[in-house]
Amino acid sequence: MTLRDKAAVVGVGATRYYKRGQSLPQTPFEMAGKATLAALDDAGLTVDDVDGFALYSFGLGGDTSLFAQVLGVPEVRFTAQLTGGGGGAAGSVGLAAAAIASGMAECVVSLMTLQQVANRFGTSYAPKKKGQPRGQYSAPSTPEGNFIQPSGLVGPGQMFAVLAQRHMYLYGTKREHFAEIAISTRENARRRETALMRDELTLDDYFNARMIAEPLCLYDFCLECDGAVAVVTTTAERAHDLRHPPVYVRASAHGGHGRWGQAITWMGMPDDEFASSGHRPVAKRLYEMAGCGPEDIDVALLYDHFSPMVLMQLEDYGFCAIGEGGPFVESGAIRWPTGSLPVNTHGGNLSEAYIIGMTHVKEAVEQIRGTAVNQVEGAELALATGGPASIPTSGLILAKEPYS
Amino acid sequence: MSAAAEPVREPVRLPPAELVSLSPDVFTELFWHAAGEHRLVLPRCSACGTFRLPPSAFCWKCRHQEVDWVEHPGTGTVYSFTVIRHPLMPELADTVPHVPAVVELPNTNGCRLVGAMTDCAVSDVHIGLPVELVWRDIEEGVAVPTWRPA
Repeated sequence: MTLRDKAAVVGVGATRYYKRGQSLPQTPFEMAGKATLAALDDAGLTVDDVDGFALYSFGLGGDTSLFAQVLGVPEVRFTAQLTGGGGGAAGSVGLAAAAIASGMAECVVSLMTLQQVANRFGTSYAPKKKGQPRGQYSAPSTPEGNFIQPSGLVGPGQMFAVLAQRHMYLYGTKREHFAEIAISTRENARRRETALMRDELTLDDYFNARMIAEPLCLYDFCLECDGAVAVVTTTAERAHDLRHPPVYVRASAHGGHGRWGQAITWMGMPDDEFASSGHRPVAKRLYEMAGCGPEDIDVALLYDHFSPMVLMQLEDYGFCAIGEGGPFVESGAIRWPTGSLPVNTHGGNLSEAYIIGMTHVKEAVEQIRGTAVNQVEGAELALATGGPASIPTSGLILAKEPYS
Repeated sequence: MSAAAEPVREPVRLPPAELVSLSPDVFTELFWHAAGEHRLVLPRCSACGTFRLPPSAFCWKCRHQEVDWVEHPGTGTVYSFTVIRHPLMPELADTVPHVPAVVELPNTNGCRLVGAMTDCAVSDVHIGLPVELVWRDIEEGVAVPTWRPA
């Protein structure tokens, strides 16, 4: 039993993307509805066809009851979400495919909606002041968090900086390598109307930018955004009759080694994968299910909350050897359209928009359809990822043709 | 001719104590009780001898629950770190740079204890630096670990 090509993505939709707070007075729920209706329309389907939801990272607050009620879904037959956070982005489509392959549902919506007003992810792990309710800059104190927070680590970017520092120490990775990821991603965003950051980014700009948490500067950090993205997945058979050619779910995997665990909010990961994205076991299973290897991937949409984590995913997905991510990007390999593996052709979380990784799935679909703004010529296999994060991280391979 | 200026040694600084808020549970309270007395104690599995941090309900190697609390001298080496330059919250505006360090504790099967660097310059901190624990008093009976070069 395998998921391979049992399901296909048939619709993608999104609101426009906003800088943090600028989506008001819309609500996140409303944006989720708009993106879902857009994705169904893209597929040539309606709400009457929907019978499932496969979410992640507490999209819709982790509950679909009101959404189904308000949109008038005739019957919900599957509703679930991956545990964890942004690591589940790509994997939520795998969850949809699992529901479809098992026969539990036939037309499943995955989505993320985000409005960073009440909370800002940049300080997700800041301790709350005594006697204060949780606010924009605070999180509940936990027995495990007590072993991290007093050190001054209060945000994910600071925590991933610790992993990046170790990678530099072990392998000689340089800030110029992180800069190449930020700059190549920006170049891709510059050609896209949907992107929030379209000004040229030079190496001088990068090195003159303020340092946030060494070795990460401003441009190593993703954007803080509002918006929603939805993806509709159905059976491979039904996909043939819809508006676009099917985009097959060739493979999806999520999870990670147990002792990767809470990862950055723990810092106790095994020594041999501390300076990694945590994706290695997911990548292995993903390629096994897909029946392909990294050399077969035409375009990679790698979750880029922080630029060093793109570099580590390039290693962990086998596009280069462990520790060789720096020289690999330095060679121009990830540039569109000239590189051997164009990465984040949509401008990523770094320069297009941060909707917790769902823009990567949307771009993977458009690349396979052949309709991407920065189209990789002849793209047949696209990789999209979610995380690096605590367990689960996830991966998804989308395909133009069924496996043969 | 004037003598060459001494390079400026930028001191590391600690995040505000009032942002430290502990919420021990039944598994971690002994650690924090000892910390309040400026003692580092670590839970070691009574069955297989594996240390675990943070203290938790089960041994991740043998799933045994009971532990022995073992005193540790509080020395270690910097495994990795970051230098926080940008204050992510308004409350931190006047207190950066903070230098949180992940410190590997010897003779503990690789356990790591995270704490802010103190009593040194930012440029002193590097991976592999030998460090020693300095307890930072937050209030009566409450202290958290920080590190300084040994």
